[in-house]
Amino acid sequence: MTARSLITIGTSAGGLHALTIVLAGLRPPFDVPVVVVQHRSPSSHDLAHVLQDSTQLIVEEAEDKVILEDGHVYIAPADYHVLIGPGELALTIDEPVRYSRPSIDVCFESAAESYGSGVIAVILTGANQDGCRGARRIAEAGGQVIVQDPATAESPTMPLAASKSVEGAMVMPLEEIAGALMSMTTMPVPHVRGGVK
Amino acid sequence: MSGSTGKARTKVALAHAPPTYPRDLETIEVQLLLEGIFQQYGFDFRSYAYTSLKRRLWKRIQAEGLTSISALQDLVLHHPEAMERLLLDLSVNVSTMFRDPEMYAAFRLEVVPLLRTYPFVRIWHAGCSTGEEVYSLSILLQEEGLGDRVRVYATDINEAVLQVAREGIYPIEKMQEYTHNYQAAGGERAFSEYYTANYDGARFDPALRRNVVFSQHNLVTDRSFAEFNVIFCRNVMIYFDRKLQERVHGLFYESLARFGILVLGHKESLRTSRFENLYEPLDAKHKIYRRIE
Repeated sequence: MTARSLITIGTSAGGLHALTIVLAGLRPPFDVPVVVVQHRSPSSHDLAHVLQDSTQLIVEEAEDKVILEDGHVYIAPADYHVLIGPGELALTIDEPVRYSRPSIDVCFESAAESYGSGVIAVILTGANQDGCRGARRIAEAGGQVIVQDPATAESPTMPLAASKSVEGAMVMPLEEIAGALMSMTTMPVPHVRGGVK
Repeated sequence: MSGSTGKARTKVALAHAPPTYPRDLETIEVQLLLEGIFQQYGFDFRSYAYTSLKRRLWKRIQAEGLTSISALQDLVLHHPEAMERLLLDLSVNVSTMFRDPEMYAAFRLEVVPLLRTYPFVRIWHAGCSTGEEVYSLSILLQEEGLGDRVRVYATDINEAVLQVAREGIYPIEKMQEYTHNYQAAGGERAFSEYYTANYDGARFDPALRRNVVFSQHNLVTDRSFAEFNVIFCRNVMIYFDRKLQERVHGLFYESLARFGILVLGHKESLRTSRFENLYEPLDAKHKIYRRIE
């Protein structure tokens, strides 16, 4: 069993509700950091604040070079890409990738680069195909990809694309995702911190 | 404007190493490349944030039709014109006019009254890139009646983007977004008063740069060059590693007058810096700080 050290979640349309369900099911002590990328407009509301009401984990909007802490949920800020380096986040204002900034692909790809097989990536409801390439990259690097069952998604496009194109992806109903994450991250094995070299 | 040569060739460039690329070797190759660029051309990217730097390197590698970092090293060391292209990739951070409009609204409300108390105001816009935010600030200062009491020094490492900034011509299709931002930033005029639509784009009123000096300055290697009342440096240091961020904070601290104002990007902060205690937040949410020591 591989030690998982990072969870990344990507979603767009319908994501707020889905995120609420998943995060509510993650209870402390929770031994890994969670990085969330949800597409939204620069003028949208304080997502971190809204999500905090649904979970016992600590939710914050990502700042540049913030050190990743276990049990914290980092929300990608509007209009920035979030890159995951070993143990920390780095933001950029590089051009949008397929019209998205933040881009789920960009975040997931960097997670695969820095954490390799330590990553669990989750694709939730969404109306485009962002995240597919990144999820594939994570699977290639030995990470685990979980996809919300498109039948339970407000917008099935994103999970449908991911479930079709990512080899080894686990597809499950929204309500079961948090439980799966809990059991995958609380294995009684020595915990590996930080990134792979 | 960056990566213009490569885009046509590779439709969707991978911005990372192929899955089988040896990771340890990648790290070594990046170090050698950056060292070589520094020795040969004097551009110092050795303390740039590794994660984002690597993405940009791989984009350029793909755009040049290459497959390894060593191949890119060979290319840029022997061909200055290839270095020019890489330089654009690594150093251009294009922003938008009135990015984070609420910050500009806060600046109007909280900083402008302070500036009114000075007979003359010096502003340093560090890492101004193609100038969108310089013109934004000029518009704001002019509307607040401070235009003629202010001198703005807008600097960037890259001469090519400064040339764009000096011309002040931006894509016409951006004007709708910029108009929206301008209004959200507290602007009350018709935004179209500030530019004329030409065949080549929206040409901003040259009067807006009457008190602006555009010049080359390298935050990594150059020193302070004057004392300022305000320093703007937004979304530039996110491309630097922590060590370099600290160096630049030192440079800004030295360059600010007492009670001078430092404005950072929306998701940057002094929180993890040793300079934190030398400033007080004037508006923490919008990353407007005031030097107190």
